[in-house]
Amino acid sequence: MSEEHGLFGAKGSGDTSGYGGLVRKRHNDLSAQRPYGGYFDELVDELERAYPEFNDDIEQIVIYRGELTLHVKAARLFQVAQALRDTPALRFEVCLGVSGVHYPTDKDRELHCVFPFLSMTFNRRIRLEVSVPDSNPHLPSLVELWGGNNWHERETFDMFGIIFDGHPALTRILMPDDWIGHPQRKDYPLGGIPVEYKGATVPPPNERRSYR
Amino acid sequence: MTTQDPYASSRETTEGRVYSVTGNDWDSLVTEIGATKEERVVVNMGPQHPSTHGVLRLILELEGETVTEARAGIGYLHTGIEKNAEYRTWTQGTTFVTRMDYLSPIFNETAYCLAVEKLLGVTEDIPERASVIRVLMMEFNRISSHMVALGTGALELGALTPMLFAFREREKVLDIFELVTGLRMNMAYIRPGGVSQDLPVGALTKIRETVKELRHNFKDNAKLLIGNTIWMKRTQGVGYLDLAGCITLGVTGPILRATGMPWDLRKSEPYCGYENYNFDVITNDGCDTYGRFLIKMDELEQSLRIIEQCVVKLEALEGAPVMIEDKKIGSPADLKVGPDGMGNSQEHIAHIMGQSMEALIHHFKISTEGFRVPAGQVYSTVESPKGEMGVHLVSDGGSHPYRLHFREPSFNNLQSLAAMCEGSMIADVVAAVASIDPVMGGVDR
Repeated sequence: MSEEHGLFGAKGSGDTSGYGGLVRKRHNDLSAQRPYGGYFDELVDELERAYPEFNDDIEQIVIYRGELTLHVKAARLFQVAQALRDTPALRFEVCLGVSGVHYPTDKDRELHCVFPFLSMTFNRRIRLEVSVPDSNPHLPSLVELWGGNNWHERETFDMFGIIFDGHPALTRILMPDDWIGHPQRKDYPLGGIPVEYKGATVPPPNERRSYR
Repeated sequence: MTTQDPYASSRETTEGRVYSVTGNDWDSLVTEIGATKEERVVVNMGPQHPSTHGVLRLILELEGETVTEARAGIGYLHTGIEKNAEYRTWTQGTTFVTRMDYLSPIFNETAYCLAVEKLLGVTEDIPERASVIRVLMMEFNRISSHMVALGTGALELGALTPMLFAFREREKVLDIFELVTGLRMNMAYIRPGGVSQDLPVGALTKIRETVKELRHNFKDNAKLLIGNTIWMKRTQGVGYLDLAGCITLGVTGPILRATGMPWDLRKSEPYCGYENYNFDVITNDGCDTYGRFLIKMDELEQSLRIIEQCVVKLEALEGAPVMIEDKKIGSPADLKVGPDGMGNSQEHIAHIMGQSMEALIHHFKISTEGFRVPAGQVYSTVESPKGEMGVHLVSDGGSHPYRLHFREPSFNNLQSLAAMCEGSMIADVVAAVASIDPVMGGVDR
């Protein structure tokens, strides 16, 4: 459950809108209950059969907007992914890369990684989500299973600082090699310079007053 | 022999002797390298090189003319679009994502908008006319993207005429874009909820004429290249990547279809109503550059077929809305293409400035604040000219995206360069890169 105050993101700029006292609460628990609907029940059953430690290692099952997400313990990511790929009844042959997300307020689970999978055989999709603490951002690499994850993991390392153990050459890919910091983290400023136009100064985008 | 020219000299580094080549110094370079005992030469090609499709850097380890190792260096066009989008409203996001893969802007916009609509839960509420226009624009864009791929690919292999033909055809497509959106590239035309404006008067007639011209003109390149001995020798068996390689590397699009796999998201997971159109998925079992070239040539005709079906549908849907009914999402401004590009219509300005205070407030609120999207995450995909373009979109319930990530097909497919090129001749690297068709704006984002 997260909580937010006011209507505008910028702090200290004097919120004159009268919305300063507004408090919004959000529930983050989206756990799904059986029956999941569609092919999701069958898929989860098959994975439970193929992966005996299912109940221990799958932390949460979320179904949102017709998409299935399994939250997996970070240390067991490789094994679950391998089960998805190698089980004949699942056959998720394609991993469509990695996408990191930074939740600074999610204590000890600050950095999330999302792996979308595609089964061309059954025309199905599934998503694995893992989280690691900012203090120890280590994840097993999936390059051994899908060579194509090489660049995706390098990008996630570059942008979020998540270290993929077992990656053959985990170096920066988009930013210069000697760059300091990981740009896609929420505490990394967007940057930019104020722009002067007809005597008035427009601050850079991340310092402007903006709606939440 | 060392020259004094600071840009064309050699120097010792920790990795060995580094030579800089600037032109007209080939003989002295060959003499100098020939004098050393080193057999292995690492050649750095790019990032400023005419045949590397923009700012792509290739690092090639050579033995004679054979490539023993190939690596791609990217990031020279990284512009932080994903980060920037986090500071803009959901609607403003389209103006950013359209600049990613700048040769297929409509696909970027559609992929992004489909993701936003999925998060909003309004996928079913998008007006049919808007979906048909999206399909129409996407298929035109597929043609213009394939035209650049074919044209520049041929140019890099030394054939100038196909490039002239291809750009002639692309120009006709860009004319349509200009007519409909006011812009030739980076249109931000597809918006969450629909499209920014309806087709202008007479657009369907012009589209019909263009389709006829394109179909006629496509034959020029086909006659020139298909079966051409020089072209076949440069492309057949070059850049080989089979199905297993494609699957492990996550390669999609024409490269995957060139292995005989009929995988096309327009068929397997239809979006924007693609299930209502008749078209074929083109495959080829060459697994090589020539196969990919043939697929692109044949996909042009399939795109024309879809466009013709769109025109018929649009005629039946004349006057139907092109933006979602929900006034909390759709822009109230009735945008029109004027002589200086796209802008508000005069009637709308007269209405909000002279007649209705509430309409003005609404316009102001939706332009500055935008709308909020329920918290959650989605992954939505479209079949771009290069393969599966996926959008991972996360919302925290606010008026800006919390995280936007594009799974760019160019970025992913470019990884297969090493698998395609190692062991081949250096001249074939150029052909292989051209067949991957990477657009660095999309690769680096």
